[in-house]
Amino acid sequence: MSDSGNSFKRPRGTSFDHLHSFHGGLQLPGHRQVTAATPIAAAGIPPLLVLPLQQHIGEPAECLVKPGDYVCKGQLLATAPAAFSVPIHASSSGTVIAVEERPVPHPSGLPANCVVIETDGKDSYPQTAGSAIDYTQMEPASLCEHIRQAGIVGLGGAGFPTQIKLCNRKQKIELLLINAVECEPYISCDNRLLQERAAEVVEGVRIMRHGVQPDACIIAIEDHMPEAEQALRAALQAVNESGITVTRVPDIYPSGGERQLIKVLTGREVPSQGYPADIGIICQNVGTAASVYNAIVKRQPLLSRIVTVTGEGITHPQNFDTLLGTPVSHLIAAAGGYTEDIERLLIGGPMMGYAVQTDSVPIIKTTNCVLAVTREEMPAPPVALPCIRCGKCTDVCPADLLPQQLYWFARSSNYDAAQDYKLFDCIECGCCAYVCPSHIPLVQYYRHAKTEIWSQEVQKKAADIARSRHESRQLRQARIKQQREERMAQKKQALSSDGGSKDAKKAVIQAALDRVKQKKEQTDSAPKNTDNLTPEQQQLIDAADRRRQQTQTGSNTTD
Amino acid sequence: MEFKTYSSPHLPVAGSVSAMMLRVLLALIPGITCAFWIFGWGILFNILLAGITALIAEATVLKLRKRPAFTTLLDGSALITAVLLALALPPLTPWWIPVIGSLFAIVIAKQLYGGLGYNPFNPAMAGYVVLLISFPRELTLWSAPGTQLDFADTLALVFTGNLPVGQSLDAITMATPMDSIKTRLGLSETLGEIHSGTLFGSFAGVDWEWINLWFLLGGLWLMQLKVIQWQIPAGMLGGLAAIAFVFYAINPDSYTTPLFQLFSGAAMLGAFFIATDPVSASTTPRGRIYYGIGIGVLTYIIRTWGGYPDGVAFAVLLMNLAAPTIDHYTQPRVFGHGDPK
Repeated sequence: MSDSGNSFKRPRGTSFDHLHSFHGGLQLPGHRQVTAATPIAAAGIPPLLVLPLQQHIGEPAECLVKPGDYVCKGQLLATAPAAFSVPIHASSSGTVIAVEERPVPHPSGLPANCVVIETDGKDSYPQTAGSAIDYTQMEPASLCEHIRQAGIVGLGGAGFPTQIKLCNRKQKIELLLINAVECEPYISCDNRLLQERAAEVVEGVRIMRHGVQPDACIIAIEDHMPEAEQALRAALQAVNESGITVTRVPDIYPSGGERQLIKVLTGREVPSQGYPADIGIICQNVGTAASVYNAIVKRQPLLSRIVTVTGEGITHPQNFDTLLGTPVSHLIAAAGGYTEDIERLLIGGPMMGYAVQTDSVPIIKTTNCVLAVTREEMPAPPVALPCIRCGKCTDVCPADLLPQQLYWFARSSNYDAAQDYKLFDCIECGCCAYVCPSHIPLVQYYRHAKTEIWSQEVQKKAADIARSRHESRQLRQARIKQQREERMAQKKQALSSDGGSKDAKKAVIQAALDRVKQKKEQTDSAPKNTDNLTPEQQQLIDAADRRRQQTQTGSNTTD
Repeated sequence: MEFKTYSSPHLPVAGSVSAMMLRVLLALIPGITCAFWIFGWGILFNILLAGITALIAEATVLKLRKRPAFTTLLDGSALITAVLLALALPPLTPWWIPVIGSLFAIVIAKQLYGGLGYNPFNPAMAGYVVLLISFPRELTLWSAPGTQLDFADTLALVFTGNLPVGQSLDAITMATPMDSIKTRLGLSETLGEIHSGTLFGSFAGVDWEWINLWFLLGGLWLMQLKVIQWQIPAGMLGGLAAIAFVFYAINPDSYTTPLFQLFSGAAMLGAFFIATDPVSASTTPRGRIYYGIGIGVLTYIIRTWGGYPDGVAFAVLLMNLAAPTIDHYTQPRVFGHGDPK
C-alpha cells in the first residue's frame, strides 16, 4: 500500500533497479542549468565579516575576543562550551570592531550575537598552522577532536556538528553514506564542488571512513548531474579506491533528505525521532567531506563554503567560494547585482528556504544558496480557498502523513489530535503546499502548530514549577499557623492551670503594669544631653535663647 | 532595500480548484451528449435550470454571509453540484423540480454547513434524495426511447405541463430498464423471460449502457489527469460487481449480471463523478477503497431489495456518514513508525 499513492512517474532504468522508493515526492523543474555549468568563482574578501556565534544546531559558541582585538585568518573567535557545539574561526584577518546583535539568516528574522571583523585584506595566517597529518595513523577519537576543533558541521543545511555524528555512538556502523543529492531546484553548489574538487571530496570521504570504520561506503548523487558523476568516478580511479561506491538516485524531491535517501538506498526507515545511527547508518554531506579534507590534510578550520547565487533577480547567477561571514550583499555585488524586478530574497532553496528582509545577513556554515527571485518567477501566493480534502497532499507526502487532517487540527488549535496524527514527523519539505489546489500555506500551519505545542510544553513546565512552589508555600503557612495555635493553646493552658481565678489574672496584669511603670521611670530619670554642661556651653545656650526671643518679638512688632 | 517575505515553499503552486472543477465539467460532456442524444432536450433544460438556480442561490447566500461571491462562484463547485443533480433527474420533469433540488443542494446541504469544503454530505445527492422522497411521481418521467419530443414540445411540457396534441404522458414516458426489471422480477418473472423484451441492449439496460460507457470514459480521463484518484471508483465498481456476481452465481434467474449492474442507472456517473466528491468522501488512501466498496455494496442492496429503483444516491449519503470513522481507522503508517513493509 505504501507506494500505491505515488502519483509521479519514476524513471526506470537498469541503474535504479536495486533502489527502493519512498512514498510521494515531486518532480520539480530544475532551474540549475546555468549555475551548474559555470565554474565556481571566488567571492573575495568583503570589507566586513559578520560571524554569528551560532551557525549550527546545539549550544552557541562562547566568544573569546573583544572589540579592538586583531585577529588572524583561522584564529579561534569563539569556543565550544559543550559537547553539542562547535567553535567559530575568523575567516580572514582584521580587527574585531564589535561583538553585538546583528541580523542573521534565520527564519525568525530575529537578530543574534555576532563577531564583526573589519578586514585588512592581508588574509594573513598565524604562524602556528601545522603541517599535514597522516590520518591513517590517527585514532578515530583524535580524528574527531580535530574535526571538532575545525568547527565543522553538516553543510547540507541542518548544521549538525559533524564530530557528534562520527563519534558519539554505540552502534556498529554498517554504512557511511555521503549525500550529494541536491534535490531542491536552483541549488548546484555540491554539483560544482564535485565537478571541480572531486579529489578533495574523495580524500575527505576516506578520512571519515577511517574514523567510522563502516562495512560499506556510498556516495549518492542525483540523476541530473552526470558531469559530477564522471569527475567523481575519475577521482576514485585516480587513487585506486574501490571501497567507495557511486550510486545515482532518481531526481525526485526530496530524495536528498537524509531519511528519504536512506530509504531509497537501503529500503530501511530511520525511526521517528531517532537518528540514522540507530539503524547503523551515518549520513554526511559531500561539502562536509571536503571540509574534513581541509581540516585534516590542509590543517585549515572551516572558513569558507560554496554558495549558489541564483534566480531571475541576479544578473550573473553562479557559484561562489565564499568566506563565512560575508554579507549577502557582497555576494550579490560579485554576481553583478540584482536585476530590476527583484522582489524576494531567499536563503536556501525554493521549497524549504526562507525569505529574509535584508541582504545585510551573512553567509554562515549552513547557507548553501542565495536565491533572488522576481515577481514573475515566484508570484505572491494566491488567496487560499477552503480545503476540499482532495488528498493531493497525502499523495505527495514523503512522510506518509495526512496533511489535510493535520491542517484541520492545526487550524482548529486541536494540538493533541495533531500530535496523534504525527505532526512532529513532518519534515516541512513543502510538497503538500506545492500541490494544494486551494493554495493553503500548509507548512506555515504545521510550523505554527509545532511552535505552539513547544511553547505550551514550556508553559506547562513553568506552571508545574509554580504550582509546586505554591503548594509548598501553603504547606509552610499551614505549619506556621498550626505551631502558633499550639503555642497559644499552651499559654492558655498555662493560665488556666494557675487556678483560673480572677486574682491570678489580676496579678498578671498588675505585674505587666508594674513593668511599664518601672520602664517609664527609668527613661525619665535617664540623663539628658543638656545635663553636665560646661559654663561656656551654658553661656552659648543662654545667648542663643536670647537671640531667639529677640527675633520673635522683632517679628511681632513689624506685623 | 527591504524584501518581501512569505512562508515556504516559494516555488509557484501547480494547480487550482477552478482548474480541477473545469476538468470535471469537461469530463462530463461525453456522457451529457449521449444522454441528450437518447432523451432529448429535457436533459439540457434540467442542466440549465439547476445551473442557473445554483449560481443565483450560491451568490445570494454568500452575499448574506458577507463572503466574496464572484471569486467563490469561479471555483466552479456550485455548477458541478447542479450538473450532477440535473443528470440524475428525468428529462420530462417539470421545471420546478431541478429548481427546488438545486436550491436545497446549494442552500441547505452546502452553504448552511459553511460552504465549499465544509459540507458533510454530497450536496447534489442530498438535493436529489429530497426530490425523490418528496416528489416520487415527477421523478419517473423518463422519456420512452423512440418517442423523443422536439424542442418546442419539451419546452411546453416542462414549463406548462401541456402535452403535445394527441399524446398522453404514459405514451411518451417509460420506466427505466432497471426499474422495469425490478417490477417484473417482483411479479415472479424470470430474467430469461424479461430478456425477450426490449429492456436489454447489447450488454446492459437499453440506452443506459451507452450513457454509462461515456461517463466511464470521461472518468478514466479524469483519473489520468490525476483530478480523481483510482481508489473510490475502483472500490465502488469492484464492490458492486463482486456482490452482484455472488448473487448472480447463486441464482441467475432472479439476479442481473454484474455487467448489467455496472452499466445501468447511475453506476458510472456515481463511481467517477459523485462518489469522488472529495469534500464528503473519505480522505485516506486506504479509507477511500473501503468508502468505495461501501457505496458499491449499498447500491446493490438498495437496488435489489430496497424500495427505490436506483441506490447510488442513498449509498453515497450513507457512506458520507461513515467517512469520518473510516478516516480515523485507516490512517497510513507514518514514515519511521512501526515496521516498513
